[in-house]
Amino acid sequence: MDIPSLTIDGVRQALLSRECSASELAAAALRFAETENPKTNAYLHFCPERAMAAAARVDERLARGEDLGALGGVPIAIKDVIVTKGVKTTCGSRLLAEYIPPYDATAVERLEAAGGVILGKTNCDEFAMGSSTENSAFGPVRNPVALDRVPGGSSGGSAAVVAQGTAVVALGSDTGGSIRQPASFCGVVGVTPTYGRVSRYGLTAFASSLDHIGPFARSVKDAATVLRVIAGRDPRDSTSAEAPVPDYSAHLTGGVKGLKLGLPVEYLKHLTSETGDLISRGVDQLKALGCEVREISLPSTEYAIACYYIIATAEASSNLARYDGVRYTFRSTASDTLSDMYRNTRGEGFGAECKRRIMLGTYVLSAGYYDAYYLKAQKVRTLIARDFASAFQEVDAIVAPVSPFPAFKLGEKVDDPLAMYLSDIFTITGSLAGIPCMSVPCGNTAEGLPVGMQILTKHFDETTMFRIADGFETAQRKE
Amino acid sequence: MKITEKEVRYVAGLANLTLTDGEAARLQADLDGILEHMDRLNEVDTAGVEPMSQVLFEAGETATLRADTPVVPLGNQAALANAPQPGAGYFKVPKVIER
Repeated sequence: MDIPSLTIDGVRQALLSRECSASELAAAALRFAETENPKTNAYLHFCPERAMAAAARVDERLARGEDLGALGGVPIAIKDVIVTKGVKTTCGSRLLAEYIPPYDATAVERLEAAGGVILGKTNCDEFAMGSSTENSAFGPVRNPVALDRVPGGSSGGSAAVVAQGTAVVALGSDTGGSIRQPASFCGVVGVTPTYGRVSRYGLTAFASSLDHIGPFARSVKDAATVLRVIAGRDPRDSTSAEAPVPDYSAHLTGGVKGLKLGLPVEYLKHLTSETGDLISRGVDQLKALGCEVREISLPSTEYAIACYYIIATAEASSNLARYDGVRYTFRSTASDTLSDMYRNTRGEGFGAECKRRIMLGTYVLSAGYYDAYYLKAQKVRTLIARDFASAFQEVDAIVAPVSPFPAFKLGEKVDDPLAMYLSDIFTITGSLAGIPCMSVPCGNTAEGLPVGMQILTKHFDETTMFRIADGFETAQRKE
Repeated sequence: MKITEKEVRYVAGLANLTLTDGEAARLQADLDGILEHMDRLNEVDTAGVEPMSQVLFEAGETATLRADTPVVPLGNQAALANAPQPGAGYFKVPKVIER
């Protein structure tokens, strides 16, 4: 069995034909992942006991002739900001290096209920803050496609394991591009569903009005299958939506003829030539498949970075207030008073990027600045959402780049936080609007670095997004 | 200059963060550049625009509340399992009140 190229269907066939048992597959997948992981540092830790127990349950189902579940026996990795009962969940932070959650995230529960086998937890930027996974307290992740380069971030570990073949699919989280950008850098599919589509119960909160959970996979179909499993209302997350969840895979017929696609003129001027060339070629392929492509305008785009980094850091400064040395494992030992204990715990525990964002968020919410920054940003956010709403009056979907450039070298951008923030331009707008968006591979640069194309649709219309991505993927593979 | 080192120290106090001298200097420079970029929002005319304080507007305010049914809570032991210093069923902290 060729572990690194497994698909969800491939696993199902292997189990149903008795080529192997779920337990054998899980053991082999764990062995392979443990052997390969030192190359990339993509997994932080494995949970072999939990994986083998889940696989044994799938084998019992098989033995009884029951349905395997949509993900029966499929090896899965989970970003380490999503809690797993009894399995360490560090959020890439020194503060939570020893934290063992007492409950499972809803998305994790649903994966296992569908027969998924969780192998381990993946590395990420500390508390999901970053665009390169270099902000992890446990060392950076290397891009499996080019080991001297970053995998993107913040879900760099989840993108890397899927690209490396050490998991079939993975969960990540996305606040301003943290699924799509690493998917683009590693050459895999990454999906940020509609805000509210997937329960965030058990996702460590970064910016609550922007946080999403979503899947990584090596094909559009597998990503769609995972999303269907984890999506849907959860009473434990009041922001999860009641909207019905369609059977996305059933709509992947390959036909995209007649769909109207918009190309935002504001995005194209930011592109380096090679990424731009690949996106243009991708757009031509979509035209050849029968899509109608027209230029559209999203006029508020140039204010999106400022808007996002005000709202996200403001929310983060409040969400991260809970790490004060009282409840979550790490406490500074150098303090005699309660307030010193809070301050020193946080000073010693948080890394540089978290401190920067906590400071920025505290500043924009502080007396005298709230209206000028936070309230202003919320109004600009309304304008950005309106841009998309009016674009979707004209087109069925928007096609855009994911990142202005492909994967960069480790260390290349760590010293310039503003430059790093500015590189999030194409992913942040969709996050602010709360619409579904995904990255699908769109070819490689001359150096062999993957470039992703972004597809965005209106709220709760993941179906159209997947249809286009699937049609595009099929055309790409034929080339 | 958008922010001074003194203001950085003040904000760090609000955020309950101890900063080293090196960190404070670095943060002053970083935040200064970032805040300058954020000032671009002043170019946008937002007169009469409602702030977007929630993402999906269609649902009513109480539409997503769960049913008010009792569930088994976490329990004292599980809740304290990650405490740096548990004691007598509570989270212990340094003394707050002086005699």
